[in-house]
Amino acid sequence: MSENFTTDVVPMVSVTIDGVVIEVPKGTLAIRAAELIGIEIPRFCDHPLLEPVAACRACLIEVEGMPKPQPACAQVVNDGMTIRTQESSEVAKDAQEGVMEFLLINHPLDCPVCDKGGECPLQNQSMSAGRPESRFEGEKRIFEKPINVSAQILLDRERCVSCARCTRFAEQIAGDPMIELLERGANQQVGVADEQPFDSYFSGNTIQICPVGALTSTSYRFRSRPFDLVSVPSTCEHCASGCSLRTDYRRGEITRRLAWDSPEVNEEWNCDKGRFGFTYLTDGRITTPLVRENGELRPASWPEAIDVAARGLAAAGSSTGVLTGGRLTQEDAYGYAKFARAILGTDNIDFRARATSSEETQYLRSAIAGTPVTVTYDALEKAPFVLLVAFEPEDESPMIFLRLRKAKTTVVSLGAVATRGLKKMGGTLLATKPGQEALVLRALPDHVKAALAQPGAVILVGERIAASAGGPSALAEVAAQTGASVAWVPRRAGERGALDVGALAGLLPGGRPITNDDARNEVAGVWGVDADALPRVIGLSGENIINAGSRENLRAFVIAGVDPVDLPDPEVTAVALARTAFIVSLDHHHSEFTQAADVVLPVALVTEKAGTFIDWEGRPRPFGQVFKDALAMSDATILGMLAKALGKQAGVWDGAGLRRELAELGQWTGVREELPSTGSAPLMSDAFRLASWRELLDAGVMQDGEPFLAATARPVIALISEAAAKQLGSPETITVGGPTGSVTLPVEIGDVIDDVVFLPMHSTGCSIYRDLGARIGSAVDVSAGGAA
Amino acid sequence: MAELPQAVRGFWVTFSTMFKKVVTEQYPEDAHKYPTQPRFHGRHQLNRWADGLEKCVGCELCAWACPADAIYVEGASNTEEERFSPGERYGRVYQINYARCIFCGLCIEACPTRALTMTNEFELADNNRADLIYEKKDLLGPLLAGMIEAPHAMVEGTTEKDYYANLVTGPATVNRGANS
Repeated sequence: MSENFTTDVVPMVSVTIDGVVIEVPKGTLAIRAAELIGIEIPRFCDHPLLEPVAACRACLIEVEGMPKPQPACAQVVNDGMTIRTQESSEVAKDAQEGVMEFLLINHPLDCPVCDKGGECPLQNQSMSAGRPESRFEGEKRIFEKPINVSAQILLDRERCVSCARCTRFAEQIAGDPMIELLERGANQQVGVADEQPFDSYFSGNTIQICPVGALTSTSYRFRSRPFDLVSVPSTCEHCASGCSLRTDYRRGEITRRLAWDSPEVNEEWNCDKGRFGFTYLTDGRITTPLVRENGELRPASWPEAIDVAARGLAAAGSSTGVLTGGRLTQEDAYGYAKFARAILGTDNIDFRARATSSEETQYLRSAIAGTPVTVTYDALEKAPFVLLVAFEPEDESPMIFLRLRKAKTTVVSLGAVATRGLKKMGGTLLATKPGQEALVLRALPDHVKAALAQPGAVILVGERIAASAGGPSALAEVAAQTGASVAWVPRRAGERGALDVGALAGLLPGGRPITNDDARNEVAGVWGVDADALPRVIGLSGENIINAGSRENLRAFVIAGVDPVDLPDPEVTAVALARTAFIVSLDHHHSEFTQAADVVLPVALVTEKAGTFIDWEGRPRPFGQVFKDALAMSDATILGMLAKALGKQAGVWDGAGLRRELAELGQWTGVREELPSTGSAPLMSDAFRLASWRELLDAGVMQDGEPFLAATARPVIALISEAAAKQLGSPETITVGGPTGSVTLPVEIGDVIDDVVFLPMHSTGCSIYRDLGARIGSAVDVSAGGAA
Repeated sequence: MAELPQAVRGFWVTFSTMFKKVVTEQYPEDAHKYPTQPRFHGRHQLNRWADGLEKCVGCELCAWACPADAIYVEGASNTEEERFSPGERYGRVYQINYARCIFCGLCIEACPTRALTMTNEFELADNNRADLIYEKKDLLGPLLAGMIEAPHAMVEGTTEKDYYANLVTGPATVNRGANS
């Protein structure tokens, strides 16, 4: 760490800056100390989250007793030091102006066509700390421009001031040292190795921290100037990390998104998916309600569509299944939880659009739903030991990855693959076949047990624990034995919120068990309904809802934002859709569900409503409405209209009102359901087992329309161990076969256990549910060759 | 001498004026005799280089400078197949709303490539707001002798710098003077 502003007791030193005496913690850099008294020293290479490098020399100051001006960004203040900045020292001022003149010698005057123009530190500081006239009359350095350092990132080398912010970010923060300063002197330039583009998941951050316009993005290039844009603080909807974003728009169209400062969550970073994946917000939207007539969906008015939906749902009554998808805001998920119980009178509701298990359901209800924040990003940073279970942070929650990497915590990952991310965190693998996590958890090595028993040790468990029979039970046992804190990290932004507000069978808001009379009475009181009208028996959850639909045991579905490819059994899903009498789909884009629906109601996206996501910590991440004049209605508002059409009332349905109700309900303090304890891992044959998870950049619908982002995704490969490859005759490609089909992919050899093959779960050219009919942990046939 | 009555003195002014030179301009009958001065602030024009490529680079500095928020610009990238201006960037959308424009000329001062200038054209009145928004096609200057309508390639062997230095003198001609 370059500086120390923690609350721990740090000795203070006294320093005089421009005649002002100030006490700062020992180890403070002169540039930060000057900021504290309101003196801004010009800087380019300095960044509070990067190690000092003193590369640009723009921040020269005069330090008493030193013969030459010193760079303030690398000068640690000592007790009794006397510093003079440009405010009081001609030497410092002259030095800074001289450096600025040098920097401008080779910097082109193309500000009018540069994306940074208008928000450029070099523009600003050449005005504030530069000489008004240039004395340079020679030829400026010229490079071919721009060059791609990746499909998404463009580099204009002649604009670069060699501050090394981007290369330091790539090395120190992301751990992807794929860009480096090459050559020397005036030819110094940022470059990539041949054939190895800057395909880092975090590459977009380098654009944001570039103090000049040297790095720009392909998708934003020339699209607008900074002064055109209206900026709104937002929260990222792509995963459960909960990053603060800034959404910039112009004339009703989003032009870009930036990471926004949130020291307790994402610091100043975000991932490329959150930064570049926003085209779906405008492209391909459903704009009007649709009603099925003579087998065809046709546009309809809102009153008609609501009327048709209400009639269908009234006929089905409590024989309805509600799937909410996991991408909803807390308010909307709460709307569905309330709608299912108080209006439809059913408990068949689930927010998980993925493989689930009843053991996981029980674990979530018992240990996670409506619990206060225990593990935070800060706790991860301070933790002496972190055990990852069925969780790959770089792909599934990138901000956790960055924080663990920063913390240099000891990380052990329980899984089948020692991933690139794990290596970058300096972690080690605790090998297990996928699906057999429980076996290893129940027989942890002594050093892991001892590490988990340290105060502050954390277990991070991913949503893939659902695919592991006995996993949740074993996890609960380990937590109880060692005293380690457990945090559940779902993949989608709305999952934790949906769990907390009771969008899961057996749960009422705040973690209340639906089987508990007191819990039902409390909730009924706030909703203003009769407690006897609420279901008292735990309903169907997870895949059971779809399965019941496929057996004609349900008469209606209410489906919000679920993509059928996320569900583990596409055939059963298709049957369920065909056999269920009535389907209402609340969605913004067409999918197999909207195509099968009887009524489609278009809903607002995150830019068109205010709301709250609950990140994996359990921390509320509220965000405001970007487009104030948007006409689209939120899910909860539409559910309120449906409730009215059904002739029932249950509290309010607007965002602010729903938040009030949730605050009134608070968290459940009564008896909770018991933790699962009976699950155990299955015995497995020697066959190849399938390990899989969704990579950060894949074929997800929220990345649609972003070709440059997609081009930076990892190659779609089948990962096997060296021994396994040798056994197969070191093939170029392998064919992996499952129950319903097979895929042929190029082989990559990696640190994966011998009888396991890793495939991306849902990437272009490989979707394990659709293409193989296989699940995580399934036995698969692996053979050499085949046509790719 | 007795004072003439006031009324008669008034009529005398009227009578004597009948023999003075007429200053009234016959507008619009004498439309060729425009009453504007050479530096009058009239309708804008988007200028072209000598080979017909557009001077506008879509930088939006005019829009930024405009105190009446009358100008809307969207930039875009030139491609090798479709080049509208020398260099990388051109103005894909260029609109001036003459219901808002106050003809102050700050946009002209802001323009870094001298793409935007003002003409003496002042007959801009219309009967609806939509037609007062002039698009790029309405604002682009005429194709003078030797100019070719964009998009087309830059003159062979030149860079945008040759254009900015005014070395390009026609669709295939470059003045390689002392500067080159």
